[in-house]
Amino acid sequence: MRLIEHTIGASLIALATGVVMAGTAQAEGDGLDLAGETVEWIIPFSETGGSARWANFYAPLLKEALPGNPTVVVTFMPGAGSTRGANHFQGLEYEDGTTIFGSSGSTQFPYLLNDPRVRYEYGDWNVVLASGTGGVVYLPADLAGTLESDGIEAIAEENFIYGSQGATRLDLVPLLAWELLGLNVEPVFGIEGRGDGRLMFERGEANIDYQTSSSFLSGVTPLVEAGTAVPWFTFGSLDADGNIVRDPTFPDLPTFTEVCEAAPSCETSGTAYDAWMAFFTAGFPAQKMVFLPAGAPQEAIDTYSAAFKAITEREDFEEISLTQLGVYPQMTGAAAKAALASATVVPDEARTFVIDWLADRYGVVLQ
Amino acid sequence: MDLFATALPELSEAFGMILNPSVLGFLVLGVVMGLCVGIFPGLGGIAGLSLLLPFMFGMEPLFGLALMVGMVAVVPTSDTFASVLMGIPGSSASQATVLDGFPLAKKGQAARALSAAFTSSLFGGILGATFLTFFILAARPIVLMFQTPELLMVTVFGLSMVGILAGRVAIKGLVAAGLGLLVGTIGEGASSGALRMSTFDTPYLMDGLKLVIVGLAIFAVPEIVALLRRDRAISDRQVLGGGWLAGIKSWWQNKWLSVRCSLIGVAVGVIPGLGGSVVDWIAYGHAVQTSKDKSQFGSGEIRGVIGPESSNNAKEGGGLVPTLLFGIPGSGSMAIFISGVALLGTGQIEVGPSMINNNLNFTYAIVWLLALANVVGTVICIVASGGIARLTNIRFALLAPFLFMIISFAAFQSRQSLWDLVALFGIGLLGILMRRFDWSRPAFLIGFVLATPAERYTNQAFQIANSRFRQGMEQGLDYIFSPIVIVLIIVTIVSVFFGLRQSKNIQAEGNVNSGGKRAPLIFLLAITGYIGLAYWNAALIPDFARMDRIFPVFVATVSLVGCAVLLIQMRFKPESDPLFADREVEDAEVDAYGLWSTLAWFAALLIATSLVGFILALAAFLLLFIRYRAQKSWTFAGLYTAAGIVFICSMAATLNRDFPPGLLQTFVDLPWPLT
Repeated sequence: MRLIEHTIGASLIALATGVVMAGTAQAEGDGLDLAGETVEWIIPFSETGGSARWANFYAPLLKEALPGNPTVVVTFMPGAGSTRGANHFQGLEYEDGTTIFGSSGSTQFPYLLNDPRVRYEYGDWNVVLASGTGGVVYLPADLAGTLESDGIEAIAEENFIYGSQGATRLDLVPLLAWELLGLNVEPVFGIEGRGDGRLMFERGEANIDYQTSSSFLSGVTPLVEAGTAVPWFTFGSLDADGNIVRDPTFPDLPTFTEVCEAAPSCETSGTAYDAWMAFFTAGFPAQKMVFLPAGAPQEAIDTYSAAFKAITEREDFEEISLTQLGVYPQMTGAAAKAALASATVVPDEARTFVIDWLADRYGVVLQ
Repeated sequence: MDLFATALPELSEAFGMILNPSVLGFLVLGVVMGLCVGIFPGLGGIAGLSLLLPFMFGMEPLFGLALMVGMVAVVPTSDTFASVLMGIPGSSASQATVLDGFPLAKKGQAARALSAAFTSSLFGGILGATFLTFFILAARPIVLMFQTPELLMVTVFGLSMVGILAGRVAIKGLVAAGLGLLVGTIGEGASSGALRMSTFDTPYLMDGLKLVIVGLAIFAVPEIVALLRRDRAISDRQVLGGGWLAGIKSWWQNKWLSVRCSLIGVAVGVIPGLGGSVVDWIAYGHAVQTSKDKSQFGSGEIRGVIGPESSNNAKEGGGLVPTLLFGIPGSGSMAIFISGVALLGTGQIEVGPSMINNNLNFTYAIVWLLALANVVGTVICIVASGGIARLTNIRFALLAPFLFMIISFAAFQSRQSLWDLVALFGIGLLGILMRRFDWSRPAFLIGFVLATPAERYTNQAFQIANSRFRQGMEQGLDYIFSPIVIVLIIVTIVSVFFGLRQSKNIQAEGNVNSGGKRAPLIFLLAITGYIGLAYWNAALIPDFARMDRIFPVFVATVSLVGCAVLLIQMRFKPESDPLFADREVEDAEVDAYGLWSTLAWFAALLIATSLVGFILALAAFLLLFIRYRAQKSWTFAGLYTAAGIVFICSMAATLNRDFPPGLLQTFVDLPWPLT
């Protein structure tokens, strides 16, 4: 419980400083000069994951944008589902601004679920970038046809198979969504990446799947064109007031919330829906974040925030980031702080609900 | 014919694209870098591509592709140096090459083994590319036919190679494979996250052990220690002059074996999810099975080099299929390749399902850059092999500390923690004892490599089949017994049957005499103890996580039965039985030093690292080892140490790695590289 209180307290402080910062961040000019230095960007995953791709995309741009054009190297520190790297970063103190850390939804979820391996505290860190993403659920053409003509009750009896990376990972969000819709989805665990899940779908073994937006664009769109896959809904996107709105990358697709409202068995209120909402908010709108370690002075935070802001304001940013990140907010400054605050707090009820649900439904016990 | 009509113009366009001086220049640059990375054991395509990534952003796509493909293509070529010359698997793709390549080097035929290996690599690479040129257009539906039951059967087929490599006592091989499988299950279960042989307090073990460490520990550490105890050069004969021509001749005599193994390599590479780490074993098994005279395998049979080396370069070509067509990396290096491609130019090449339709010319360019890189790499390697082969004539006491330094460095690439070194040392000790008592180390390694896919596919196939059976009996049976599965079952049964019948003639690690009864019995009891512990530990996993329990319990049960049979046999068989093989007795005459005193050097390095950090410990280790064990002058020892430290630091600086810190570093802040 102390951890939770600490989290909430820290988030409030983060929010408050965020508001203050919004006023002061404009003062650029006299920041850190990193000429001749090497910036080490710690990624708590292996070289082969999505976070690696994200960091590898930003690293050369960051080199150009930081004052003094320091060398930016991405260091991979995989282990224990990213908690090892995060614990390591927690142990570091700010020295000269040459160490930054990239977290992901997979770092946030263990933190929110009180995983015993977590020794880190988001409230201690200083966020300088938050990258959002979305997710799209899709079905095989025949099931989508049934759904189209007879409504969601017609597929409620279907034995759905879903290739999953693990119920405590980001897959928690789609699994909970399907549960709310009353679908009978059996996750097949042990998938190594979402790409393997898509392959399982293509082979006809899995008959429901989701991909994050950029993977959907590159991997599933050809299947949609070929007529073998049909997108069903997105998880949506958050507006400035924290309401779910349609995903800007897929404005034609309904959100999960719309689908749920239309379904007789699904309610957009109550503990279960609130828990889904809380974990969606934690996992997607600010899925990947960049931090400076505890104790970083304001000028360092400002320098990095300005650098990332400059990157996202490049003229060609939309073009070069399209296939790598999708069209999602890349937040800096106060927006990033707000994103962090909402991504690292879930109400106690939601947490308890999810922990109990994981234990009852999948036999996953975190202790 | 339709296919050809679309393919041919694209193919000729691709040739036009790559036969451009600047593209070729980048290709050669990539090849040279790849050769340099590959030559160090434990470093492979992942390390090499990570070096290149920062330069990929916005680069002219074709130049970047040439650089990256050049790098990836030749790693399995140059890793042969370490496998043949030092008995250290250069990467996971050439573990099987060690079995016969190293004995050849000991006989003074290093140059022959190397050039046969390089020629095979070249041939495998080109055959792979040619095959892909035609296959890639039709590959998609074929790859999709490999569902989970098929993948499981391919894994089981890989495991059946244990039958061939089990050694003289088949049950010992079986238990060794079982032990490998159990070691492979250490850590978090994939289904419910249940912990096997680890707890939340041992985060290192929770992630399981990495192949780099287990491969180096099980093959390299025992060889280094054994050679060091002998205190001579690896080969006491002069390197044969002109040996490289003999190697090419040997390859020509076995060209059909090379063809078959190349095709095995492409086929296994094409199947996503299995990775390439078993392809060399399958090829080795195939080489053994199809040879009339099997007596030389394990003690220097050139076919044992040609087989795996043909397959591992072909595998890289095959691995392009899942990578390019599905956007699913077949290996770690392919994953980085994908993110590298996305950075090129304006990101217009998108690896994945649209690759064939939108970028067929680039697809072909990649395939043929791969072939071309193989040619360039092989030529460089063959030219260099004569000179590098002379390494085998250096006194080993001078080589060993350097090698140990490199494999330690490679080991802690895995997680950059002191525990990497502890794991290297611990499993190394197991490797030393397995070598001593003639337990099949290849069987152990095959088990380890296949533990994860075997468990994963078993659980997944079981779960999906259950769901199909709920729909109806017919759907379920159709799913499990597809034509491909049935064919694979037959192939596996035939392979096991013949393998077991022949295994007595195949001594994958040479002949070993028997010694007393006591030491082999103690080792068997220790193994039985560990398997028993693993059984008990897995059996405790509660019901709600039973999917994580079934596999280790099953493997442990089978292994325990094997152990029981062995114990009963030991009770009744005489001392001279192969069951009691003990290399220590046999080697007593040639060994100048004892096992424990030699091990103590490495244990001291480990302990010193935990106290003062790796670099300081290494400096002291090198200095004292050269001075006292190799008995050189202080000046020589000092220069050797300086060279070693400079070398390892520049390597770490290039790859941007830190060294494991010790107790000292928690009290004092030291500058890099001492941190």
